[in-house]
Amino acid sequence: MKYNHILIRYAELSLKGKNRKEFERKLLDTVRKKLNEFKEVRVNRTFGRMFVELNGENEREVSEKLKEIFGIHSFSPALKVDLEQELIDDAALWAVKDAIPDEDGTFKVTVKRPNKDYPGRSQQLNYHIGSHILRNTQKMTVDVHHPDVEVRVEIRQEAAYILCKTIKGAGGLPVGTAGKVLLMLSGGIDSPVAGYLALKRGVKLEAIHFHSPPFTNDRARQKVEDLARVLTKYGGELKLHIVPFTEAQKEIHQQVPDNYEMTIMRRFMLRISEAVAKKNNALAIVNGESLGQVASQTLDSMHTINEVTNLPVIRPLVTMDKLEVIEIAHRIGTYDLSILPYEDCCTIFLPAQSKTKPNKEKANHYETKIDIDRYVQEAVEGIETVIISGKSSLDEEFHELF
Amino acid sequence: MIYFDNSATTKPYKEVIDTYIKSATDFFGNPSSLHPLGKASERLLLQARERAAQLLQVKAKEIVFTSGGTEGNNLAIKGIARQNRNRGTHLITSNMEHASSLEAFQQLEAEGFKVTFLKADHNGIVSPEQVRDAISHDTILVSLIHVNNEIGSIQPIEQIGKLIGNYPKALFHVDHVQGIGKVPLPLHRVDLATMSAHKFHGLKGTGLLYVRDSVLLNPLLSGGSQERKVRAGTENVPGAVAMVKALRMVLEKSEQLTESLFEINRWLEAECVKIPGVFINSPGDRAPHILNLSVPGIKPEVIVQALAEKDIYVSTKSACSSKQSEPSRILQGIGLSEDRASSGIRLSLTYENTMDEAKEFINSFTEVVISLKKVVEKE
Repeated sequence: MKYNHILIRYAELSLKGKNRKEFERKLLDTVRKKLNEFKEVRVNRTFGRMFVELNGENEREVSEKLKEIFGIHSFSPALKVDLEQELIDDAALWAVKDAIPDEDGTFKVTVKRPNKDYPGRSQQLNYHIGSHILRNTQKMTVDVHHPDVEVRVEIRQEAAYILCKTIKGAGGLPVGTAGKVLLMLSGGIDSPVAGYLALKRGVKLEAIHFHSPPFTNDRARQKVEDLARVLTKYGGELKLHIVPFTEAQKEIHQQVPDNYEMTIMRRFMLRISEAVAKKNNALAIVNGESLGQVASQTLDSMHTINEVTNLPVIRPLVTMDKLEVIEIAHRIGTYDLSILPYEDCCTIFLPAQSKTKPNKEKANHYETKIDIDRYVQEAVEGIETVIISGKSSLDEEFHELF
Repeated sequence: MIYFDNSATTKPYKEVIDTYIKSATDFFGNPSSLHPLGKASERLLLQARERAAQLLQVKAKEIVFTSGGTEGNNLAIKGIARQNRNRGTHLITSNMEHASSLEAFQQLEAEGFKVTFLKADHNGIVSPEQVRDAISHDTILVSLIHVNNEIGSIQPIEQIGKLIGNYPKALFHVDHVQGIGKVPLPLHRVDLATMSAHKFHGLKGTGLLYVRDSVLLNPLLSGGSQERKVRAGTENVPGAVAMVKALRMVLEKSEQLTESLFEINRWLEAECVKIPGVFINSPGDRAPHILNLSVPGIKPEVIVQALAEKDIYVSTKSACSSKQSEPSRILQGIGLSEDRASSGIRLSLTYENTMDEAKEFINSFTEVVISLKKVVEKE
């Protein structure tokens, strides 16, 4: 016996009134895309729930994919069997053994019987199925208050469904239901987490990265592509805009006093990001800033840097502690990539001491020596856009080796 | 040729060798080099690690590439013991272990650790109760062989692992060298697991050690920071890639072919007991690929030799100790008499073996036993 279905629940969506249809459609679309590689899988939607028909595909592998989809509150692998008591008993027994392989634990049975034509009351069926499990396992016992597993049996018109495990989903809203944003993606720990959290609220993501060869090397760029690839697990394919930043950085380094270099550099990044966002119809910029974490992220600093754009700048991490961010990075699988030791453009010309309280007047004054429009325009024109999908081109090259 | 010595080593799959040649030729850069050639090798290695992790259903960072089973066992056992000696000094293992575990424990005993060697029952099994009785708050490691390499008995890893889970200081290492691709291992119950590529149609000199995410090891080899800093040395990229290919292939085969493999094994057992003077040493409940038997009174080396003349290859005891002409430690361990224990023959199969080969083997083996018996018994 094997699980042949997965039941998907989406809680928050149920609250969304008018938009609900649209949300469900997006979610269905995302789930189908995500499970595309499983040829036999079919996904259907009925009465506020979604069913994945496995048709022989591996339940565990499909579950791993479902865990990454925003908009899913929880899901349960299910056995669908015909309406015959013996089949139901055996399925319930199998599900318990699957959940607790050494048959040493506690369980309870909960029968729901919307199909009133099926003989027997729910209570009688609880007792009957529970007895069957007790007779056929080693050390299983009943605990109706805090069972290790709850065997849920739903007797519907068309069939009976047996569910034993509930797996927590990623929560949030389906990606693509909230418009597009541009993520400033460095190679650090914070920005990928910011991107993940933005995705969680249903936005579509594009990313921008500032690359300064030869001061930053190929591996630093690779690292950013790899991080973006991790984000595709949650948000699907994304565009990564690689900005050639060497010339602008050199100019800033020449013209601006050491302690304002960081501030001016960030202002340039934001200007370039704004241009890219407008060009690609992104409605906001997302970055990984957290209040007071480093010199560039004090409130004074944010104030001074933010001056150069009118676009909303969304900072999902703004109130988080570093440790909270690290925890999420671990969970979503970006941490180990982020800590790889390649220089990115923020660290390369970084002076020993940056101003923690820069002010707008001075920043504007120093920038008068630089032909801002020219450097911004050159950077934007030099952008190389790569499409990051779940698999890299190297993957393909290596494919036959494995 | 009939090759029934797959627990000693297997013949590498052709696809695996092709992969080795291609990756050794095209990706020869040192993964630690900064230039693009190094980067390509690093990415290939990364992919190998990720794919190995997918196949084993663990995290990529939990895979440590090694040179094989002996290194894996040594690294796990000594690495855990030496890393955690200030938490406790008690170690538990069994008398069913491979030499590479046994001798690592003997070495640790000499360093001052206390080691409990649990005695298996006549089926070669260590029970969870034995582990529970031996384990204490001073215990830092329990190490057991999953599938015994001589007789194929299978330890109840699920139950023992669950029990050890109640002792936060005690880590659980499993020698999975004979089990991989043949008997599934519940890795979620295990902290470390040793595997070796040449036992599943990969190349010699490659293997991997599964090390749970949070577990720290004292390295055997120090130097660079490769492999989570527990195994210094330039990575064997083509070897690792070839191993992962072999792993994928063997796991695919195991899904479809384990049952028929066991069928051949059981058939061999049924036929062997019909031959006068032949005794089965393996328990009925065993791995699908191993069958151990004895022909008391005839030196096993002679049988191996006689079969080899007919182009049939089997072995006496474990290849790693087969050159010592003492009785098998494992067969004695399950309570067999000296004449049985010193006449053990091991047949070990793989998915490529066929029923026809088994039939041919039985014919030749019967002939050999009958003719040798005549000589020995001076009729």
